[in-house]
Amino acid sequence: MSAPLLDIRNLSASYGSAQVLFGLSLELRAGEVVALVGRNGAGKTTTLKAIMGLVPAKADRLAFRGRSLIGLPTYRIARLGLGYVPEDRRIFTDLTVDENLETGHRAAGAGRSPWTPERLFRLFPNLAEMRDRRGSQMSGGEQQMLSIARTLMGNPEAILLDEPSEGIAPVIVQMMAEAIRAMKAEGVAVLLSEQNWAFAAGISNRACVIERGEIRFQGSMAELMANEALRAETLGV
Amino acid sequence: MTLLAVQSLSKSFGGVVAAQDVDFALERGEMLALIGPNGAGKSTVFNMIGGQLRSDHGQVLLDGQDITAISPQARFRRGVGRTFQVAQAFLSMSVAENVQMALVSRARESRALWSPARKRHREEALMLLDRVGMADAADRPCSALAYGDVKRVELAIALAGQPKLLLMDEPTAGMAPRERAALMDLTASIAASEGIGVLFTEHDMDVVFGHAGRVLVLLRGRIIASGAPDEIRSNPDVQQAYLGDDHALAQPTGAEAP
Amino acid sequence: MDPSFLVIQALNGLASASSLFITACGLTIVFGVTRIVNFAHGSLYMIGAYTAATLVPRLLELSFGPVSFWAGILVSALIVGIIGVLIEVLLLRRIYGAPELFQLLATFGLVLVVQDLVVQVFGPQDILGPRAPGLRAPVEILGRRFPSYELVLIAAGPVVLGLVWLLLRRTRFGVLVRAATQDRDMIAALGVNQAILFTGTLFLGAFLAGLGGALQIPRVAANTGMDLAIIAEAFVVTVVGGMGSVTGAFLAALIIGQLQAFGILIFPKSTLVVVFLLMAVVLAIRPNGLFGRPETVGGTHAVGIASHKPRSSNWILGLAAIAALACLPLAADAYLLKVATEILIFALFAFSLQLLIGVGGLVSFGHAAFFGLGAYGAALAVKWLGAPMEAALPAGLVLAGTGAALIGAFVVRLSGIYLAMMTLAAAQILYAVAFQWVEVTGGDNGIVGVWPSAWASGQVPYYLMTLGLTVVAVFLLVRIINAPFGYALRAARDSEPRAESIGINLRQHRWLAFMISGAAAGLSGGLYAFSRGSVDPGLLGIPTSVDALTMLLLGGIQTVMGPLVGAGVLHFLRDQIMPLTSLWRLFLGLSIIAMVLLFPRGLVGTVQHWREERA
Repeated sequence: MSAPLLDIRNLSASYGSAQVLFGLSLELRAGEVVALVGRNGAGKTTTLKAIMGLVPAKADRLAFRGRSLIGLPTYRIARLGLGYVPEDRRIFTDLTVDENLETGHRAAGAGRSPWTPERLFRLFPNLAEMRDRRGSQMSGGEQQMLSIARTLMGNPEAILLDEPSEGIAPVIVQMMAEAIRAMKAEGVAVLLSEQNWAFAAGISNRACVIERGEIRFQGSMAELMANEALRAETLGV
Repeated sequence: MTLLAVQSLSKSFGGVVAAQDVDFALERGEMLALIGPNGAGKSTVFNMIGGQLRSDHGQVLLDGQDITAISPQARFRRGVGRTFQVAQAFLSMSVAENVQMALVSRARESRALWSPARKRHREEALMLLDRVGMADAADRPCSALAYGDVKRVELAIALAGQPKLLLMDEPTAGMAPRERAALMDLTASIAASEGIGVLFTEHDMDVVFGHAGRVLVLLRGRIIASGAPDEIRSNPDVQQAYLGDDHALAQPTGAEAP
Repeated sequence: MDPSFLVIQALNGLASASSLFITACGLTIVFGVTRIVNFAHGSLYMIGAYTAATLVPRLLELSFGPVSFWAGILVSALIVGIIGVLIEVLLLRRIYGAPELFQLLATFGLVLVVQDLVVQVFGPQDILGPRAPGLRAPVEILGRRFPSYELVLIAAGPVVLGLVWLLLRRTRFGVLVRAATQDRDMIAALGVNQAILFTGTLFLGAFLAGLGGALQIPRVAANTGMDLAIIAEAFVVTVVGGMGSVTGAFLAALIIGQLQAFGILIFPKSTLVVVFLLMAVVLAIRPNGLFGRPETVGGTHAVGIASHKPRSSNWILGLAAIAALACLPLAADAYLLKVATEILIFALFAFSLQLLIGVGGLVSFGHAAFFGLGAYGAALAVKWLGAPMEAALPAGLVLAGTGAALIGAFVVRLSGIYLAMMTLAAAQILYAVAFQWVEVTGGDNGIVGVWPSAWASGQVPYYLMTLGLTVVAVFLLVRIINAPFGYALRAARDSEPRAESIGINLRQHRWLAFMISGAAAGLSGGLYAFSRGSVDPGLLGIPTSVDALTMLLLGGIQTVMGPLVGAGVLHFLRDQIMPLTSLWRLFLGLSIIAMVLLFPRGLVGTVQHWREERA
């Protein structure tokens, strides 16, 4: 097996004196979708933020494409090819759709066909009809699409998606699932934090179950599907 | 008489409904959990009861008196105590002074200009700290405490107001797992012995099912279920809406239909 | 009234609005992205004027014509832009995370540094620039003559607005600047290097300041007072428009330009007052300005006094210090006593500010208002009522306390940087009143003949009286800080939600704090008036406010006694350094910057920290 794209060993993170992650380890390989599932408050969002350098973290190893991310400023982490879509979307509401996409733009690596606004509009047809609309005038689902599209404009190798299905209409959830499949088809690896079990199960190769800042289970989606006792205990499903 | 009665409480933010016709009641000595997925409106409901947010419609009655429109300060005097999701204490003061401050305010002495605050109500503050197991740390700076201990101090501060109703927003968030049960056991015993009604939100299901007498489930601003923990655990609506939804991709839920 | 006259006034208003907008636009862009209120923006404007006034005549000697003139203006602005880049890389980059009080002080340190450097580089004389070739003859408008250069200025504002708009809308840099104004962290998560973006923003902001200054050269001579004059107005424009909003700045500049042009007809002496009143009214209605958004990121950093175990040794030390000070007249000569009197007065002034900043976390940037009110209150009582010192001092105290009650009632509704700006504006209003209401205040000359009663008129008795009053006032303030009221202020500073939920009325407590602090500052102001025998508007100026802040910072805002030590040390240093060098502002400015960067705890704070570390 090749070295993992994203390799995390023994990651701890705190907000001030409140510790949220307690020695968490997981890996993400090229081209796969890994679901980070767990209940509210288990530490999913903090894991993604810690990877991006947005909360202070300690780890034995935190590496992307073989380069350690520890101590790197967030923008350098992003430039290594790691995209991030935050839970609260963080669209620039004063900017139009086109301008939001521009903020994410970075040149693609060699041998890749870069994401362009036109390609992204095929993936998210709703956005194509509102290129000049400001972020503040968009619905939650549209903002979510824009947030993903904006990150894809940076042509990342891997993308950290924080709860893309949260608080949006079921039709759009469906669209999100298709978008993630399309990313995967392009060879983009996805680490997906999810509370919506069915959504996560439908699109992921592997799953990590997180509970109280620790990984309880890591394995294939099929294994987790089979392990009803664990699911009931950790996810309540 | 019912301690807390919440009647058709509603709030929207710029057209987005955060809480709609929320109705429930809370009795003395009861531990009531308010749960729901992120964005379900828990904080909105909580802050309308605490006075941090003004509701659009509906009423909040404490002991039959309408407190819907009064400030957090006035609610404190009517007997509402609260703790915060991210613990809020006065970090520049010692542990005892934190509690003394609440006692000073209860005695309406916060505008006194002469005799030192440090010496006021110290005995009572130490008693309260003793109840939450923090008496030994009374003279330590609050900023030097571990997070779990700050949460205990917060509980002592809230109790200093002699509350009838205690609002706890995610009381165990950020605490180590073994501290969580201890804090909630403590809260439950105080609530029972003093007849304080406790309303809390919580993410940790062990805390909810282990300590709540009754559970309310909020989804998209509405209460979709309420009952004993076991009933909630086995309620299919709750399963679907909150703990995981096997059919989310296939069928839109009715709750959102216009 | 003659309609042609009204047209000309309106045009005058438009011309000054344009100049103001060009400068303020840079300030608001820099604030939007970096969240730093750059006090030195006015200094950049001044450098622009000096550079252009020096450069353009040389260029015109080489080749006389409009091209040389305008090229000179642009080159001057570019030079200022580069200076802005240096400022960002050397200073601002290090203080982005600092509390706003420290940011304001550091950039004010820069103001002092630039003031001395400008004199060193360009000489002490004012420099009048050449008039623009081709625009020397006035034009006739409705039968009245109007300078043609003013018409160019009127056009320059909208042109700059248009170009800035294009830059912000049509370039990647502009899109990123606008995005960063909204959410800096998200920009970083998208792979954008904030450092370069910030440097670029400072270049743009400084370029606009330089351009604003350079465009003034045919109208006013470049002079060393330009920096503080323009910065006060630029603050008003950005605050009224909403900090970070370019459109808001344009609208605010237009309003203020017209207010000044027509205000002069209605209240010939009160143009400054009208401008600052506008700001007060706008902030009272819209606490974030016309187009501003509520501050979501950052917020105030609570730094200030914390609880310490009471030490009995502190009492002994305090009494020993008072005894030593009381014995000073036995050993000191008249000059030293005069210095000691002033130090005591400023110690009380700084200490009164500590109640607001160190205890309450309320960054007042206009504490000179209360010092000046105390001084003027006493002086006016002497001049107009013939009051003796014994009645005039309390009159000053009451006037300052009343002023603080009025100003405080507005200010306690605001927070963070808006609070600092509002207090600054309040002080500037009073400065303007003192300066412009000549019949009552004596205007620029102030009021003279404010002498103490006969029994206190000697150097020694006045010193002892000052010592006595200062000791009593400080003692009372310390009691207040340690009393429940002081604790309640600290509670509100540490955590507003917690303080509210234990029943503390934040606004009411803060309002009372303003009154107490203002009254104490007023007492020090009154003492100062009688020690010098006169008052002048400078007592109400920005430098007086900054003096108090510097003393506080030097002593340490985390300590109760810090401001007293800070006042002593600052005054002593100033007394020692000022006679030795003409560059004392440079030294003071660099010391302020060094303190912010290296020594944020201050003198007493550092000693206290060492003692606690050892314990």
